[in-house]
Amino acid sequence: MAQEDANVIDQPEVLRHKMVTIEISGKKYEVPEGITVIKALWYTGQEVVRGAGCLGGFCGACATYYRTKDDPKVRTCLACQMAVEDGMSFTIMPPFPARKALYDIQTLKDPKQDLFNLYPEAPLCRNCNACTEACPQKIDVREGVWKAVFGDFKSVSEMFMDCVMCGMCTPVCIADIAPNLVALYVSRAQGAHFTEKPQGLETRIKEIQDGRFNEEWTKILAMNEKELADHCATVK
Amino acid sequence: MDIHALQQIVHQTRDARRKQTIPKFSAADRDQLIHTYHPDYRASAYRPIRFGPNMNDQTVVELAALLEGDSPIADNADLTPHYTTDVLVIGGGGAGCAAALHAHGTGAKVILATKLRLGDSNSVMAQGGMQISVAPEDSPVTHFLDTLKGGHMQNDHELLKVMVEEGPSIAKWLIELGVLFDRQADGNLHVKKGGGSSKPRLLTCSDYTGLEIMRVLKDEVLNQKIQLLEFCAAVELLSDDNGHCTGAIFKDLDNHRHVVVAAKSVILATGGIGRLHIQGFPTSNHYGATGDGLCLSYRMGAKLDHIDTFQYHPSGAVYPEQLIGALVTEGIRSEGGHLVNAKGERFVNELDTRDVVSSSIIRECGEGRGIRTMSGRVGVWLDTPLLDAEHGPGTVEKHFPAMMMQFERFGIDISKDPVLIYPTLHYQNGGVKIDTNSETNVKNLFVAGEASGGLHGRNRLMGNSLLDLMVFGKRSGLTAGSRAGSMQQGTLTVKHLQRFRAEAKKHGNSSGVISPMILPAYTRKEPERTANG
Repeated sequence: MAQEDANVIDQPEVLRHKMVTIEISGKKYEVPEGITVIKALWYTGQEVVRGAGCLGGFCGACATYYRTKDDPKVRTCLACQMAVEDGMSFTIMPPFPARKALYDIQTLKDPKQDLFNLYPEAPLCRNCNACTEACPQKIDVREGVWKAVFGDFKSVSEMFMDCVMCGMCTPVCIADIAPNLVALYVSRAQGAHFTEKPQGLETRIKEIQDGRFNEEWTKILAMNEKELADHCATVK
Repeated sequence: MDIHALQQIVHQTRDARRKQTIPKFSAADRDQLIHTYHPDYRASAYRPIRFGPNMNDQTVVELAALLEGDSPIADNADLTPHYTTDVLVIGGGGAGCAAALHAHGTGAKVILATKLRLGDSNSVMAQGGMQISVAPEDSPVTHFLDTLKGGHMQNDHELLKVMVEEGPSIAKWLIELGVLFDRQADGNLHVKKGGGSSKPRLLTCSDYTGLEIMRVLKDEVLNQKIQLLEFCAAVELLSDDNGHCTGAIFKDLDNHRHVVVAAKSVILATGGIGRLHIQGFPTSNHYGATGDGLCLSYRMGAKLDHIDTFQYHPSGAVYPEQLIGALVTEGIRSEGGHLVNAKGERFVNELDTRDVVSSSIIRECGEGRGIRTMSGRVGVWLDTPLLDAEHGPGTVEKHFPAMMMQFERFGIDISKDPVLIYPTLHYQNGGVKIDTNSETNVKNLFVAGEASGGLHGRNRLMGNSLLDLMVFGKRSGLTAGSRAGSMQQGTLTVKHLQRFRAEAKKHGNSSGVISPMILPAYTRKEPERTANG
């Protein structure tokens, strides 16, 4: 390790781990308090292939159902972002077989109407709010589905910017909607069809094609190491 | 003593520290600091590679062992293909998806194989943004010069020129696919200034740039019905009699069977090495960042470039335990956050370069002025509440909402309490040497993204990675895809492996490990017998 044991001043000896009892997929284990759910799997000797990805809370691979001691409520979390506590019980969710519609985003004729062909179940939401309660990213998923149906694609794209596509909203839906997939379609359509084309970008692409920077390139690429270093130093 | 008690010194010394100015180091002091404390200069962490294309070059011992490692495939393995394709892409992150989509666009048959799920990568975590010179006062040439300066003038000029010039067309492609970049009021792309850049050039999707790009690219790969082999880890490449690349062998991680894929070209987009925990460092990298592509191409005879230099981001979280290694944005220091040691003192100008700041933190902890957590890790304080004190209450919450939420999940309010940080292993600056089409010195073997080397020199500039992935993913995909029509599938052999093994034997055999690593060995082997372990 880069961090040596003997060289820290002013501090008492490292505290010993307090052990807690947890339940992983129905089986009891003792693990150090406060480690993450994913680390608890490793600690208990389990190989993890499915159920781990970026380990930073962005990829949605480790969506997990958990319940804390004496609480009847089953909640969701990302296993890499959740600490274990005594009496906790959890199971990592396998991938749910949701149906993803296939489409060519660039050639859609009427994206707001096409939503109903691609995801005909989208307007059948019965307002149970289970999707919102299941979201580990605290997105108001139910509201997003309704906004999609009513054609407010811009709001949906903003609401779902935090979506890690873990899919926890899908198995709980009594109308068989896959809200994260609906929102992904809507966000892409918003970007591809309802957002202004940036003029400055077009200008820059044309400038490069027309060789506007060629003279400068020729000058720079002909420089020797020293000249180039001096030139770089002038760029502030 | 718990972490809250240890924090008190930060609160007690805040007012006194606010009156201080810490000058930047002189050039000589700076060099001495880096040479003494930067991990890239820790000679004991390095050794020469004993054989292969980079024989006698220095690299970190963790990587050297893997490069010299033996393949899990026997010389006489059954190479009857299970799949045949024009282009085989290995890796499902940004570079892999971009390569697969562009190769598919040429009409070639494409298979994308990845050892975890499609999209599992470092790309998905990229928060800072993507450098593209779109602003009127900026230019590709300025982007080139900034990057060169950041890379200590060691960057490959041709690769770099290609990257900065193709940037704008990449932005256009992503926008057409539906990526929602932040905009100005006039509809133009909003640009932010990144560390080491002379002009604002970072395109962002709030602080979810990588996630937004990857959501879209993954969806597009599925819409284009590109064939996927998920949970399949590449364990060896295949070559023909001329030593050209002709496919790969995978291990299916679900049923542990080998899968042989014949391909006219192979594109390795396997990412970096953070999970090797070089020199014991924590990492900001994803679960699969184990340098597999480096080992595979090395055995094939591909030359590596700049594999002695790695980026250690100064501020990786050390506490809470759940966030260890996760990045704490540089923005906190840009807005005036102090770095404070266990004695309540500042010890570096917080806005100095990454290598200097990282080195100084390592010095403080090495000389006993670090703060130790209950789990035994050491770090220094980053005084986040100072931002509210300086700029008014609510500043932290307003400017760093994602970071606020990240720590709130563990009951920590960073606007009230400082955070503990230590440098975290962030990026592999070098990698497999490529040409401007992303091809290696092994014919029909392409490498794109973090696994490749040369472009970033000895230090990658913030925001250049996402662009690297897209540009060289695209170029490898287009080249491999358009080549397929006019070529035959080569024979499938592991003759390169026989040559590699013979060479290993001449040099006292391989390092004794089997590579690639595939996944880090985090699973605890034996239960602790006592409380002390």
